Amino acid sequence: MTIKYKTIKEIKNMISQKEISNKEIIKEVFDQIQANEHLNAFITLNKEPALKKSEDLDNNPSDLPLAGIPIAQKDLFCTKDLRTTCGSRILNNFIPPYSATVIENLENAGCISIGKTNMDEFAMGSSNETSFFGNVENPWGKNLVPGGSSGGSAAAVSAGIVPAASATDTGGSIRQPASLCGITGLKPTYGRVSRWGMIAFASSLDQAGPMARTAEDCALLLNQMCSHDEKDTTSLDDAIPNFEENLNEPLKDKKIGIVKDLDLSSLDNEVVKVYEDSLKEFEALGASLIDISLPNLSLSVPTYYVVAPAECSSNLSRFDGVKFGRRSEDPNNLEELYIKSRSEGFGDEVKRRILIGSYVLSAGYYDAYYKKAQQVRRLIKNDFDKAFSNIDVIMTPTTRGPAFEMGSKGSDPIQMYLEDLFTISANLAGLPAISIPNGNIDNKPTGIQIIGNFLDESSILNFAHMFQTSTNWHKYTPEGVKE
Amino acid sequence: MSWETVIGLEIHVQLSTKSKLFSGGSTEFGAESNTHVDLVDMGLPGVLPVANKEAFYKAIRFGLATGAEINQESSFDRKNYFYPDLPKGYQITQMTKPIVEKGSIKIATDESERVINITRAHLEEDAGKSIHDLFEGKTGVDLNRAGTPLLEIVSEPEISNAKEAVAYFKAIRQLVIFLDICDGNMAQGSMRCDVNVSVRKSGNKDLGTRAELKNINSFKFIEKAINYEIDRQIRVIESGESVVQETRLYDSEKNETRSMRSKEEANDYRYFPCPDLLPVVISDKELKDIKDNLPELPEEKRKRYIKEIGLEESEAKIISSSKTMANMFEDASSKTNDAKLVAKWLVGDISALLNKDNIDIEESNLTSENFGKLIERISDNTISGKIAKSVLEDAWENGTDVDEIIKTKGLVQIQDESILEEIAMKIVESNPSQVAAYKSGKDKLFGFFVGQVMKETQGKANPKSVNEILKKLLK
Repeated sequence: MTIKYKTIKEIKNMISQKEISNKEIIKEVFDQIQANEHLNAFITLNKEPALKKSEDLDNNPSDLPLAGIPIAQKDLFCTKDLRTTCGSRILNNFIPPYSATVIENLENAGCISIGKTNMDEFAMGSSNETSFFGNVENPWGKNLVPGGSSGGSAAAVSAGIVPAASATDTGGSIRQPASLCGITGLKPTYGRVSRWGMIAFASSLDQAGPMARTAEDCALLLNQMCSHDEKDTTSLDDAIPNFEENLNEPLKDKKIGIVKDLDLSSLDNEVVKVYEDSLKEFEALGASLIDISLPNLSLSVPTYYVVAPAECSSNLSRFDGVKFGRRSEDPNNLEELYIKSRSEGFGDEVKRRILIGSYVLSAGYYDAYYKKAQQVRRLIKNDFDKAFSNIDVIMTPTTRGPAFEMGSKGSDPIQMYLEDLFTISANLAGLPAISIPNGNIDNKPTGIQIIGNFLDESSILNFAHMFQTSTNWHKYTPEGVKE
Repeated sequence: MSWETVIGLEIHVQLSTKSKLFSGGSTEFGAESNTHVDLVDMGLPGVLPVANKEAFYKAIRFGLATGAEINQESSFDRKNYFYPDLPKGYQITQMTKPIVEKGSIKIATDESERVINITRAHLEEDAGKSIHDLFEGKTGVDLNRAGTPLLEIVSEPEISNAKEAVAYFKAIRQLVIFLDICDGNMAQGSMRCDVNVSVRKSGNKDLGTRAELKNINSFKFIEKAINYEIDRQIRVIESGESVVQETRLYDSEKNETRSMRSKEEANDYRYFPCPDLLPVVISDKELKDIKDNLPELPEEKRKRYIKEIGLEESEAKIISSSKTMANMFEDASSKTNDAKLVAKWLVGDISALLNKDNIDIEESNLTSENFGKLIERISDNTISGKIAKSVLEDAWENGTDVDEIIKTKGLVQIQDESILEEIAMKIVESNPSQVAAYKSGKDKLFGFFVGQVMKETQGKANPKSVNEILKKLLK
């Protein structure tokens, strides 16, 4: 018996049918991690506690919703007594005294945290190449990037090591790697999932969400991840629905918004074809396509690259070598302590964003950049509000193309920033969005993005699940179609 | 050439909330270093602030008491700078939308009374403390204070001399004590103040270049620092140079101000709205509750003392100017039913002792309870007014209980008329010539006999009884 490439739902069944013990599952996970060490998907493992928890479950079976389900946690979530690096040298010795709410919620639901996954440093990157702990390899091909920033989480699920992983998304960090690794990844509405214990990159955009093999599994995970948390004032206290409930609702008479302002001409013909085939599939399922206009969408990337760096420049000030994390050796004075600790502790991409952020917030530039960007952000949000008045979801390709080669975009940060062209607007507007596998180009998976209205994760999960009941793309694995 | 001074004060008031502005950490003073610090106060990765409503309520009390506008929706901004005792690398403060704007307060100096306008009062978190003298070659950081709520009260630049600045500070201090939003303890740093000072030629409309004086924590130093700074700026201008906009540190030992950093070296704080905190909204009901529960303020007390209790204007003013004094007055009055006697002691002997020691009533050893006892013992004739003065001195010096002093020193007034009669008889018998002179018309000699009885009883005789007895004996 193996859990490789199995879904959460399947594994739950295996456990309840006693086809496999909890300990066998966790042992297999760690064997798989070892067998896939070349992927470099993990930074820190939680082996002994995980095995212990599985033994406890074998002795005292639990009826918790996710009892015994192994999960990989992005190394951006604080985990009590387990090293949390955020992919950075400056935190390579940081062991938090507390756990993030998301981690607690998942563990309280029975999940077993098996380790911390590799990621772009402080979640800044789209290829996992900015991690201090080295590149993650995409299971779909040697030298291919897994996407970022949640590259380790995506690779671990894609390779079938674990059925689920936690991740975070500030501009596309769940959806883009999910797309590049051929799995399903969901970014919830801003405020659905508590940010307590998530190491902040850009506070007004960061949102945690699940990665899994199917939309249905994402619904199972999301049910447990969400909570109204008094420790996070931006956490919403709106009712949290059962996200499994509407998965099978027929798509007949439902409307998909197609953004007519989106210029797909710069994309590969094949990418466009895969995307259009998916739309036809949705039409076959009964949904209709409606042209919508998001006139300010083209401003998303520049807006994002003002807002996110600004917040990051402030959020990362606490990493100063004074209280926790790595301190440079033998500084001669306070200023040197700061400069050396931060110069040695941060990588180039993080430094670049801190510099951009400090610049756009500085006296004399604030109005022209930060304030303007916030105004544009409001316009983008208004565009979405208007569009959603007569549609259920919006669809776009998730990325401009399938996984690219490591190092291929290294010299030009702008090329890398454009990776998030389709995903960023959902963060700016705070909307939920999911990426699901929808094709394959040269044995590399592609993804389609479904954006939902505020708090309407149920609709995007419904669309995603119905697509997955009639297509096989999510069943493709790096080793072939899994049936 | 005559010069005019323009002064503005920024007063930082530590609000007396139980927990910190953005965390559940305790705000208690004096604990062992880094023990009143929770995850949020340490600025650990991943932690988030949650605004403490109690701090808002206290800030609003101040706003209402100064007739200010209350922003029922106010927001927080980040002020970014690096310092070891600033755990997050930024301070959360209210830059764009403060909770309180446009208030005013009445101040009084020896010369005059006037109103000083308050531009704004906003909430912000305090930093920790850097400790430079405890570890050889190293600096320690104590984060106990980090996150303590501060109300920064900013005056309009319209204070015109050091004495007014002190009067303003004192008025703010008394007000926050009356409002029960701060303990006013300057020694523990519950109130601190930065002073902006500039000078200009008399009649000139434009403001001169200002210097900001930092780190002043006593009334005495406010006055000295300002006066030093005024003199310095005038000297600079008169010597043909110009004043530089800068931050200066007051050195109380040398009584001088020294340049800390110039405008060019000043931090660019890169303020921006704090994305972790939603704007805080105060409902109409919350506002009304605070309004309805505002305590009686000095001005109202003064009027009531005059109108309802019949105190003199001057008495009412002194007593209502301090919460402790007003409390002593009200407590002792209700115990003895003799408010005028209480007022007489507070305005007379107590005020004289305060002046002599140059302290505030809160700093004295005399508790309200002990003072109440003193008045009680006078009004129930246990001790005479004269004896009371010496009891007060003892209680003032050592804080000893008034009843204890009366008991151990045996100061209880002799009420027993038979004892007094015996003593008086003895005095009359042993002074035949004075008796003869008195009877022949030298009325003034009556005082001699009273004095002798008092001497014999060490002042403990009830003077009224002594008078009556002597009159009878000498008839």
